[in-house]
Amino acid sequence: MPLIEIDGKQINIEAGATVMDAAHQAGIVIPHFCYHKKLSIAASCRMCLVEVEKAPKPLPACATPVTDGMKVMTRSIKAITAQKGVMEFLLINHPLDCPICDQGGECQLQDIAVGYGGSASRYSEPKRVVKEKDLGPLIATDMTRCIHCSRCVRFGQEIAGLMELGMPGRGEHTEVMPFLETQVSHELSGNVIELCPVGALTSKPFRYSARSWELSRRKSVSPHDGLGANIQVHVKNDRVMRVVPRENEAINECWIADRDRYGYDALNSDERLTSPLLKENGHWREASWQEALEHVADRLGRIRESQGAAAIGALASPHQTVEELYLFTKLMRGLGTENIDHRLAQADATVGVGARWLGMPITEIDTLDRVLLVGSTIRQEQPLLAQRLRQAVKHGAQLNVLHAAGDDLLCKVNARLIAKPSAWLNGLAQIARAMQEAGADLGAVAGAVSLVVAGDNARAIAASLLSGNSGGENKAVLIGALAQNHPAANELHALAQAIATAAGATLGFLSPAANSVGAQLIGVLPGPEGLGAHAMLAEPRSAYVLLGAEPELDAYDAAAANATLHGAEFVVALSAFKTAALDYADVLLPIAPFTETAGSYVNMEGRPQSFHGVVKPLGEARPAWKVLRVLGNLLSLGGFDYDNAEAVRADALPTDFVAGLNNTPLAADLLTLNSGDGLERVGETPQHQLDPIARRSRPLQATVDAAVPAVWIGSELLTGLGIAEGGMVRVRQGGAEAILPVRRDDRLAVDTVRVAAAHPLTATLGARLGPVSVEKA
Amino acid sequence: MSLNTPDTQVCLWTLQHAEPASLATYTANGGYEALKKILAEKTPAEAIIAEVKTSALRGRGGAGFPTGLKWSFMPRNFAGDKYVVCNTDEGEPGTFKDRDIIRFNPHQLIEGMIIAGYTLGAVAGYNYIHGEIFEEYESWERALEEARVAGLLGKNILGSGWDFDLHAHHGYGAYICGEETALLESIEGKKGQPRFKPPFPASYGLYGKPTTINNTETLASIPWIMRHGGQAFLELGKPNNGGSKIFSISGHVNKPGNYEIPLGTPFADLLEMAGGVRSGHTLKAVIPGGSSAPVLTAEAMMACTMDFDSIARAGSMLGSGAVIVMDDSVCMVKALERLSYFYFEESCGQCTPCREGTGWLYRIVHRIEHGQGRPEDLDELLRIGKNIGGNTICALGEAAVGPVASFVKHFRKEFEYHIEHKKCLVGA
Repeated sequence: MPLIEIDGKQINIEAGATVMDAAHQAGIVIPHFCYHKKLSIAASCRMCLVEVEKAPKPLPACATPVTDGMKVMTRSIKAITAQKGVMEFLLINHPLDCPICDQGGECQLQDIAVGYGGSASRYSEPKRVVKEKDLGPLIATDMTRCIHCSRCVRFGQEIAGLMELGMPGRGEHTEVMPFLETQVSHELSGNVIELCPVGALTSKPFRYSARSWELSRRKSVSPHDGLGANIQVHVKNDRVMRVVPRENEAINECWIADRDRYGYDALNSDERLTSPLLKENGHWREASWQEALEHVADRLGRIRESQGAAAIGALASPHQTVEELYLFTKLMRGLGTENIDHRLAQADATVGVGARWLGMPITEIDTLDRVLLVGSTIRQEQPLLAQRLRQAVKHGAQLNVLHAAGDDLLCKVNARLIAKPSAWLNGLAQIARAMQEAGADLGAVAGAVSLVVAGDNARAIAASLLSGNSGGENKAVLIGALAQNHPAANELHALAQAIATAAGATLGFLSPAANSVGAQLIGVLPGPEGLGAHAMLAEPRSAYVLLGAEPELDAYDAAAANATLHGAEFVVALSAFKTAALDYADVLLPIAPFTETAGSYVNMEGRPQSFHGVVKPLGEARPAWKVLRVLGNLLSLGGFDYDNAEAVRADALPTDFVAGLNNTPLAADLLTLNSGDGLERVGETPQHQLDPIARRSRPLQATVDAAVPAVWIGSELLTGLGIAEGGMVRVRQGGAEAILPVRRDDRLAVDTVRVAAAHPLTATLGARLGPVSVEKA
Repeated sequence: MSLNTPDTQVCLWTLQHAEPASLATYTANGGYEALKKILAEKTPAEAIIAEVKTSALRGRGGAGFPTGLKWSFMPRNFAGDKYVVCNTDEGEPGTFKDRDIIRFNPHQLIEGMIIAGYTLGAVAGYNYIHGEIFEEYESWERALEEARVAGLLGKNILGSGWDFDLHAHHGYGAYICGEETALLESIEGKKGQPRFKPPFPASYGLYGKPTTINNTETLASIPWIMRHGGQAFLELGKPNNGGSKIFSISGHVNKPGNYEIPLGTPFADLLEMAGGVRSGHTLKAVIPGGSSAPVLTAEAMMACTMDFDSIARAGSMLGSGAVIVMDDSVCMVKALERLSYFYFEESCGQCTPCREGTGWLYRIVHRIEHGQGRPEDLDELLRIGKNIGGNTICALGEAAVGPVASFVKHFRKEFEYHIEHKKCLVGA
């Protein structure tokens, strides 16, 4: 371990470390711009020049490796002269328009200029002006402010895996720009805003709405996907102004997805429900909480009395908090119904042995050497987890994929088995068979898979999963949302587990929602006699209680859900937004979104994360746990006397709750491993339609990714239809249909029709995965 | 020994022959003999490097680094591929020698690169040719094909069982790609920007593999050294400055062109060979080693001999051997304005001091030339230069500062006249 001296402090530091690392360790701050701990070393801004004994010139701390006995001076005359010289160069062409710059007050250039800049400029020549770039609805540009640190460019190359920004031009004419005037559309694109040390790249929705020093910074947790990204919510006058990442190396590192960053726009939108609403004679009117809740208690009580509790169905969104879900479940079970579920998108209602989870800490994803990703559109489902997998692949991991589409994962994929969804069971069986032929023990599924013939792709995946056992490789089989929604999810689970066991891999589930794991732990699941989400919408109930749920969009069969809800005798929706429940519900109760209530989520690695409300509830909205408490009391159910969210949490999540995490599959019937005939739909949840908040964020809905959903089909099918790309087609699933533009994607499996689910424009369609027909409209 | 004749020429001797670039001409005059001998005798790499060290061959691209020493930096027992790269990205204003080598004596460079490849254990060599020369590039490709057909390149060279091939990479004309690590980036298909060093190319070069990069003239000198011996090469020049060197003389001389003469030849002799300055004019200044070398006054230059050490003692650099001669008709402010514009335009823009500083320097000189100079400008130029020099990733920053500092130092009065009278002293 080299011993070095830095500003007179002696420190031991790992070999291979840089002077910058040593300074961090010694608590010494060296000014810098291009250096970023998560990015490669550019050594180009030259701000971190320091004096090193025996070196004739000042050296950049970020790129200079330490050597034993090295003596570094970061504050010597030579070092400071170099740093001040660089600072002057950085400022000569910078517009110094801090008073009108959104970055003002949180600008690295501004901060460092205070220490190293002159009080007046000696530069009297004309300054450079750079044309603005249109990067789309999320990122505003003021490229004249750019100091060419190249962090945004390196982020694209190294973290996002997609180089959307480059630096063409030479010398002073160098400009950061998107290629060919395209917009930036990567799911992590907003991170360049924090990376930008100046005001060249700022948040477009936030632009000119507040100064950074006016904002209160409050900790919170992202309510979207199952990662549980840590965020900081910036608040002014009881209004959420923006969301930025809160660093947590174990979860989101220093990044957040665009969904996490820009979802907040919905919180202040006109679509918020701000008063309890009652429907009378087909017309909505505002009501007091007292009246609305008494009405709900009365109606539910009467339906239970007249038709039995089984006539009531209860659906909760997995984006609700632990506290809300716990009281919701307690209320519904108190009423006597077991028709309870949070898995709206899932066709298979099988309740697992325990809560399905990632099976490992999130950080372990980085260290995986072999991965099989089963039915996951991972960039849409889990943008940040996809990023971690990308890093693993960069370090040599072999990523294998079973999916219906050969999407670009922006990293090397070792082998893919691309097949339509009904062929996935057969696909996994082929992989298992190939492993069996290689001598692996497939346990309980051995007999079933022995009859299958393994193809080349399955063999390649099997070989990858079996390889490297001697070196103690970390391996994982990860089940994505699409596979979890599959009608044969239970059988896929069983086969995936057998493959994982045979390969020495960990089986994990990619939890689709912020609280998927929490909801399972709490038991927001059908009881033994109860119906799961899909069944209770397919077999209509008389009454429905919805907590944050939008079954008309998110259900496995959206068209059926919509019809059922319209036909129900009584529907009460607890929602933060004016949802489509306005068309079918009888009572709407305004509840507080995650920013307006205390609560907790349990993320995919089983980590509970609690947060406080950061602003007051909007209008008459109230935290859902309080609403449910009152309802419980009105219905005279015991056990609803909670004073605060912490008390609810204590009951909801016992200290030993981790024992409830269990990915063991149930016994599965693997008699039919054949795929279905004809065209099949693949209906995924688009990244910006994941939950009620994301789908109501205007900036997110303005992105390229949120454009009108298309019907994606292969060339052969397109030619058969006799229609040009962009033309309109009619998609039918039984009686359900939609007319949408058609697009070509030859990476799709044969007989696959990809149409997004969970979207208002496709909500007239049926099952997410199932038979479909396409014709010219 | 008469100068600039086959007596003193290492590289350009084929010009005496009818078809200078052909394989026949080269082999009829002892070409490829050195290679054949090395392959037949399986000469140890150490012996070849020792011979090159004896020759005191110093890099002909500008830095003058001892070639034998550079070759000894290549890791011997590296398990993967290694490369040899020839730098024919001759972009330094005033320099036009390497293009003549690949045009008139390509086979000597090919032989030199093969010997280098053999010595350094390389699997392939690349010749990076400046983007603005086309005929020379084609001439080089023709020569490569001739060599391949003759079994001098490719698999099992001359029956030795050793495989080695050469490839040409035609650049796009950026000056910065002459910087060796920017050149490597460019071959790799990336934007030509210098890399931060360390690591040096000898450990992390082309495609991340150990790589040795030499100038065209340097590599073309290798066959001569191996045929005649390092000692003979050393004796051609003077101690620590072995061999002959091509000087590209341009500017106000009667016979501009390439002159290949022994290192240590007095500048006066070179000037005379080039026909002297135009009649009716007197010598005013000389840039002795390409545009980034500091300018020298006529008096200082006339006292120099043309070798690395003598020019360095005079406060400049032998550089690439591009001698730019200026007579008394030259306005030094205008000359500097043009040079500064070059560096401003050619800065790659990667690192701050060069990207911002070269533009600042140019704009001030431009103002002075256009009658808008201010008295404090000259000190400001020197101050800005100090903030650039030594603080950049590559040497382009210093190259941009060299002319500014030396022009102001040696011709300050002329700059002051411009500032004060808002017009030029020359012709006033």
